[in-house]
Amino acid sequence: MTPKKNNIALFIKSLPKNIFSGFVVSLIALPLGLGLAMASDAPPVAGIIASIIGGLVVSILGGSHVTITGPGNGLVGVTLVAVTTLGLNDAYLAVVCSGLMILVLGVLKMGKLSDFFPSSAIQGMLAAIGLIILGKQFHIMLGHRIQRDNAIDYLIEIPNTFKDVLHYNDKGLIYAAIVGVLCLGIMFFYPKIRNKYLQLIPAPMWIVLLSVSLSYYFELVVGQPNPIDKDYMMPAIPDIASIASDLPSISFNKVGTLPFWSSVFALTLISSIESLLSIKAIDKLDPEKRRSNINKDLKALGFATIGSGFFGGINVVTVIARSSVNVNNGGTNRSSNFFHAFFLVCFILLFSTQLTKVSLPALMAILVYTGYKLASPKTIKSVFSIGKEQLFIFLVTLLSTLQFGLISGIAIGVFTTLIVHFAIAKSVSLFLRNCFKPNVLMFREEQSQNSYYVSVKHFCSFLNFYRLKEKLEAVSEDNDIIVDFSMCEFVDHTVMENLHNYQSLFQKNGGHFEVLGLDMHDADSKHPFALRRLLPVPMFFERNLTKRQESIKTIADDFNMNYSPSKNKDVAFLNEFVFFKTKPIDHTYNELLDPLASINLFDIEFSEGEFIAKEVIRTTMLYLKLNSEIPAFTLDREGFLQRISSMAGFNDINIDGHEDFSKRFYLIGENVENIKTFFNDDLVLFFESNPYYHIESNGNALLIFSKERLAGIKEIKALLDFGKRLKRVLENNNSLYPHC
Amino acid sequence: MWLKKTLPYPLQLFSNQLTKTIFNTIGIGVAFSPNLKPNIYEAARLSLFFKSELVLIHVGEPSITKEIQIQEILAPFSDKQLSYKLVFANGNPVDAILSTAERLNIDLLILGALQRENFLKYYLGSIARKITRKVKCSVLLLTKPSIERVPCNHIVVNGLKDPKTKQAIAAAFFVANKLKTSKITIVEEITKQEVAVNVYDDKSLRRSRIKKERIKLREDSRVKHIINDIPEIYKKDIAIEIQSIFGKRGYSIGHYAQFVRADLLVMNAHGKTTFLDRLFPHDIEHILTELPTDVLIIQ
Repeated sequence: MTPKKNNIALFIKSLPKNIFSGFVVSLIALPLGLGLAMASDAPPVAGIIASIIGGLVVSILGGSHVTITGPGNGLVGVTLVAVTTLGLNDAYLAVVCSGLMILVLGVLKMGKLSDFFPSSAIQGMLAAIGLIILGKQFHIMLGHRIQRDNAIDYLIEIPNTFKDVLHYNDKGLIYAAIVGVLCLGIMFFYPKIRNKYLQLIPAPMWIVLLSVSLSYYFELVVGQPNPIDKDYMMPAIPDIASIASDLPSISFNKVGTLPFWSSVFALTLISSIESLLSIKAIDKLDPEKRRSNINKDLKALGFATIGSGFFGGINVVTVIARSSVNVNNGGTNRSSNFFHAFFLVCFILLFSTQLTKVSLPALMAILVYTGYKLASPKTIKSVFSIGKEQLFIFLVTLLSTLQFGLISGIAIGVFTTLIVHFAIAKSVSLFLRNCFKPNVLMFREEQSQNSYYVSVKHFCSFLNFYRLKEKLEAVSEDNDIIVDFSMCEFVDHTVMENLHNYQSLFQKNGGHFEVLGLDMHDADSKHPFALRRLLPVPMFFERNLTKRQESIKTIADDFNMNYSPSKNKDVAFLNEFVFFKTKPIDHTYNELLDPLASINLFDIEFSEGEFIAKEVIRTTMLYLKLNSEIPAFTLDREGFLQRISSMAGFNDINIDGHEDFSKRFYLIGENVENIKTFFNDDLVLFFESNPYYHIESNGNALLIFSKERLAGIKEIKALLDFGKRLKRVLENNNSLYPHC
Repeated sequence: MWLKKTLPYPLQLFSNQLTKTIFNTIGIGVAFSPNLKPNIYEAARLSLFFKSELVLIHVGEPSITKEIQIQEILAPFSDKQLSYKLVFANGNPVDAILSTAERLNIDLLILGALQRENFLKYYLGSIARKITRKVKCSVLLLTKPSIERVPCNHIVVNGLKDPKTKQAIAAAFFVANKLKTSKITIVEEITKQEVAVNVYDDKSLRRSRIKKERIKLREDSRVKHIINDIPEIYKKDIAIEIQSIFGKRGYSIGHYAQFVRADLLVMNAHGKTTFLDRLFPHDIEHILTELPTDVLIIQ
């Protein structure tokens, strides 16, 4: 009964599911592989080779769990450039070289490379890739093949193609255009039809099936040649034996030239970024919540790409759409990737002649749809909802990628993001001075085994997010983490988005992840991912609520309390507490008030010391108004007496018969006798059996708090619960001690 | 001479009697700046607390007016039997102060920090920084000197695995005892290199967690040994806490001190620094550019 045996049994048990999901994925991979290869001007089978070799190699060597590998849509642009400038045979060498570079990246553990790109710039680049695919294939879909130099020119030509289509005379071209439009219609409306038999086969496969049966219909039933123009049919697909025997002759003609190495660099960069982003996204979908070993996966992808290049295939990357289909169809481990490759081999073995019956406009309709998905107006809208500056970064990256190519595009995007950050923070030195400082501190809070506190200083953006990430990665997801930005002046969108991902990851695994200290920061929009910077003068009324404030509001709604986020300068009710005798209170905010005004939970800002020694402290406190008089006292953990230095002169009051209580708690007050009678068995038991809080009574009200920092949502709830129960205990007691 | 310098080794001192001090002579560089009075007040108060002699070093021409000005400032302390002397030195301020400190056997040199305009951030000016790097005695870097005494309630001290740590912790207890501090936190910085397990998946995460736990236990017991060696009388009325933090050596302890709002940070002195250390700052160099609070560097 070793665990290993169990694993094998488990593996075999899950095998049928994985075979099935591998099969479904292969149905999408086949048309997509053909289409993506053709879009990059490579022979159609190159895409299938990449899928097969990717599936076989990565499923054995990889470090992720439910990802599918194959030709990626992000690479169409760069592969196209490589094939057109270098020629096919040199392009294969470029693929092999980029595979080597990816392998090196994996060996050097450079998986964190993708963290250095701001997310709006990456989104802009992906949208540009979508437009490149859409722009080029749109014309073929309508039977109007054109040749342009620039990606933008293809897009500009789209209206002309429409015009030309309406004036076609050639019957073959008219049929081609009709098939293209129909297939595009299928792609768009397929997700809207909810029929479980129809949904069994994915839309791209429907298109292939329909397209093949159309050809057979004309050939066998009508007895006519296929009405679609010969140029718009799939070129011959070699059978599996000839793929293995006729390896492409890799040429070394251009190995010393600049275009060759810039292609290799672009292929490496884009395929590693696409893979890393996909792995990150798919890890979120994994039902078993495993972590992928990114560097191991990179190595496997490197090997697969090298192999693919030798067999005449294009780059192998981790692809997000196919991987998510895999998860949705019940794939649980890497074997589904293996079977997806296996079924592709079967298809090529059995149906290579049938595949030539697929018409190109049908295939290109699939790609046009993919391109549209990458650059859909929805993406632009969602970027805009995060903030104007993000839309600016997005658009600059998008346009410069279209105009100058992928590498320059992403470089310009990163640069623009930097400039935008400088402008928003109104400071360059903040970034320059602190860029290389290890600005993240993490420690485990005393007493609590599973709760970590992370404090971030200076600024946190895509430039130094990896430091924060490193710390967060080192904590298992079932623990509690509090990330505090109160010492941080600037937090950007990339960080906020990533933190949000962590939040959902921790939530799924039973942990707790909270972000604190952003209540004082200003944001441009209501979006939770919006960039935030610290305001020199906090403006409380024009700001959008932070996530924490939203959560407090939810607590207020849940427990029938009133919530007010605004600053309240009326703090006279706190002045009678000994704790505040030497500490000037500035204001309270984020107030939670019950309808009777007897329970009041709030964040408070006060200071210790004056002038240059002045330190501003923010804490969450609970104020409980009592119905009857009780003695004034201060109760805290033994050993925390420095909090109340102003009360020097009082001695720890020991309650007779409760040694443990007296040992663990530090109790002081003026009227010793009254306090001794007041702390009866019930009350002592209550304090002994609950977590430590600093509790202070001023005679008719209680002030309760735990730490001298803002509390997280979980802690707020705990504090509220503690206060309510304490109040109940006190009210039961009070009837017994009327003289107090 | 060198032998004499190394004599007040805190631990040896503890075995003797409480009345002795580890800082026989305290030095402070005085420039006639707006901060003159608060700086001198702080130095004078410390000299009284530590029962040390105060040496005021002024780089510049000797003059009667300056002497009178100093005397006036120190007037309230003369009643309390503060012994002090004013020394005039010439030349480059860095070299002048360094040579004077060595000549007069100064055990603790007090230096003032500068404040970044309109931020509550402090850093060390170039002269003070050079002195800190080269000086052979302990250094106290003051961030916010004040005329009124601000009580020192919480001391954070490093618990690095370093031969000098024992001395730093002992000094922290000495200072805490003299300044009536109520809490000392000993911080162990667990660096990434020490854990030496890169986290990339669930398995490695588990391994790193076990490793961290083991390091923490080991470090805790090491620090507890050091604490045990310190005489009980110095630990009286002081809450002692041990906290391990994950971060960069030398920098994160400052971050922690700032976070818990400690009043004093006690650290080991660094070895000899070279040009490369300044280019790739580590340990104490980080603290010099960004003072979290008052810092005492024990030599």
